[in-house]
Amino acid sequence: MIGAMLGEAWMAMGANRLRTILTMLGMVIGVGAVILMLAVGQGAQQQVQASIASMGSNLFIILSGSTTSGGARMGGGAAPTLTVADAQAIEELPSVLAVAPSSPGTAQLVYGPNNWSTQIIGTTPSYLAVRDWRLSAGFPFTDSDIRSATRVALLGQTVVNNLFGDDDPVGKTIRIKNSPYVILGVLAAKGQSLDGRDQDDTVLVPVTTAQRKLFGTQFAGTVRFISAQAASSEAMPSVEKSINELLHQRHRIREGAENDFSVRNLTAMANTAAETAQVMSLMLGAIASISLLVGGIGIMNIMLVSVTERTREIGIRMAIGARGKDILLQFLLEAIIISVIGCMIGVALGVGGAFAVNKASGMAVLVTMSSIITAFVVAATVGIFFGWYPARKASLLRPIDALRFQ
Amino acid sequence: MAEAHEMSSHPVIHIERLYKEYATDAGPVPVLKDVAVTVMPGEFIAIMGPSGSGKSTFMNILGCLDAASSGIYLLNGRDVNAQSRDELAHLRNQVIGFVFQGFNLLHRASLEDNVALPLIYSGIPRAERLVRANEMLEKVGLGNYHRSRPNQISGGQQQRVAIARALVNRPKLILADEPTGNLDTHTSQEIMALFTELNERDGITVVLVTHESDIAAYARRLVRLSDGRIVYDGPVAHAAPAHLEATS
Repeated sequence: MIGAMLGEAWMAMGANRLRTILTMLGMVIGVGAVILMLAVGQGAQQQVQASIASMGSNLFIILSGSTTSGGARMGGGAAPTLTVADAQAIEELPSVLAVAPSSPGTAQLVYGPNNWSTQIIGTTPSYLAVRDWRLSAGFPFTDSDIRSATRVALLGQTVVNNLFGDDDPVGKTIRIKNSPYVILGVLAAKGQSLDGRDQDDTVLVPVTTAQRKLFGTQFAGTVRFISAQAASSEAMPSVEKSINELLHQRHRIREGAENDFSVRNLTAMANTAAETAQVMSLMLGAIASISLLVGGIGIMNIMLVSVTERTREIGIRMAIGARGKDILLQFLLEAIIISVIGCMIGVALGVGGAFAVNKASGMAVLVTMSSIITAFVVAATVGIFFGWYPARKASLLRPIDALRFQ
Repeated sequence: MAEAHEMSSHPVIHIERLYKEYATDAGPVPVLKDVAVTVMPGEFIAIMGPSGSGKSTFMNILGCLDAASSGIYLLNGRDVNAQSRDELAHLRNQVIGFVFQGFNLLHRASLEDNVALPLIYSGIPRAERLVRANEMLEKVGLGNYHRSRPNQISGGQQQRVAIARALVNRPKLILADEPTGNLDTHTSQEIMALFTELNERDGITVVLVTHESDIAAYARRLVRLSDGRIVYDGPVAHAAPAHLEATS
């Protein structure tokens, strides 16, 4: 019965091809727009989430405060007030998982005929834990490397690509500022950070090596910043508070005086970025949904015209035995076929469009199965919803009225 | 089709005290008044009457397309007034075959699809639908035209297709409303010969409405309506002369 009704609906659609195609176009554009917008939105969202994950979770950055030199204020992080000892003290606080002091600088790396300038971070093994950073090859340096300030290094993937090409760098020796450093391992690729920096363009060395041998410092033992990881996101407010109190005490800051450090909650900032991306994704989806709705109304419009135009046909069908529900089914199927076929074309166009956008602009796109399924379900629902009223209207016609209709 | 096995001595149509009035702004207008008629299986009846005599309304009520205002109508032993919309559709599908003045074919569909249409609503599979549709087209002499469209054939041929459609579900009763109204004399005679054959050879009950007495002459019984009442019910031979009808 459904099969026969499908045939009848198909025939009716074929009889008015241009109109069917135009009606379908509303669905095609609606579904295509939804798929494309969701792809763009979810792509952006995914990118943000990947960046957040690569940053490490529940993360604080403690920066030293600014300093004034001859009337010129030097900006945050310039004052040599944070030390490795501060980092060790923070690690003793409850709910703090890992702490890594960092002493960054820039230097030229040389390996054979290749050289490359990059950021070098002097830090401790905990840095890997704090940043949730794995090694793709080799081993990390250890606390004994820290104690004896050995010349060892971990290379980021970008650095490896530029210095070694396809060669395995582990165990090789590079020169930094004319001193040899043994490569212990390679950091797994992390990709871009939230602000678009290449996180893999970096080299890690023991903090002591950086302080004493690589960059040197006027103030022994100071670091530029300290990264700290809290045990959970719930613990973050209390950890932030206790870090503040601890450093307040350790730096002997008088009541009312300005802090010589600042504690930043990176995760909170990242979450804001994630929420922004999500809101954008939702907005895009919502705007695109409006075109889907308009497409649905187009179907209803055409179906109403169609019912009026085919009143006589409905009368003939009723006269030879069609029940109200047969007529209802026929018109409903017609609406559903239009919306579902329109949806299929729309999905194809939306997915194609998403890849085209990706190719043309490099914008991240993500077409998920769930967005395709959602589009299908919505399209079928729109077809049923907007097809129902005209179909119902047709099915309730009295046979004699329908037959007499001119 | 339980109806088909009922005793053939039961009337196909039994109507008593049937009234039909239409509601208008000026109040109800009676169209049929106290109509009573009984049709036995195998009869061939012509209904005649001038315009406005109520013969079309009567036909629509007979065909379960319209409901009477009051009275008794038993179709094939069933009380039509007590049937639901779906049950009436079932009766139209199984018991009645309609033939209209304007043919009422679906122009988009091929002839075989047109003829097969009632079978869709009987839930018959497509293969069987097409076999039976083609049998019927063969029977009305259009076996070679099954893939044609209604607009590719003549009016007389279209009416044959309509008759094939009316027959395809093996109805007990054929209701023909001015079946020759749009046809020339020669084609009309062919169509009437077909009705006669169906009636005499297959025993199908035929009720037709016409205002031409030479068409009515093919029937064996004549019911004449005037102003909503039956004024004559008897053999065709005793009917009033043709020139009285031609003015209607």
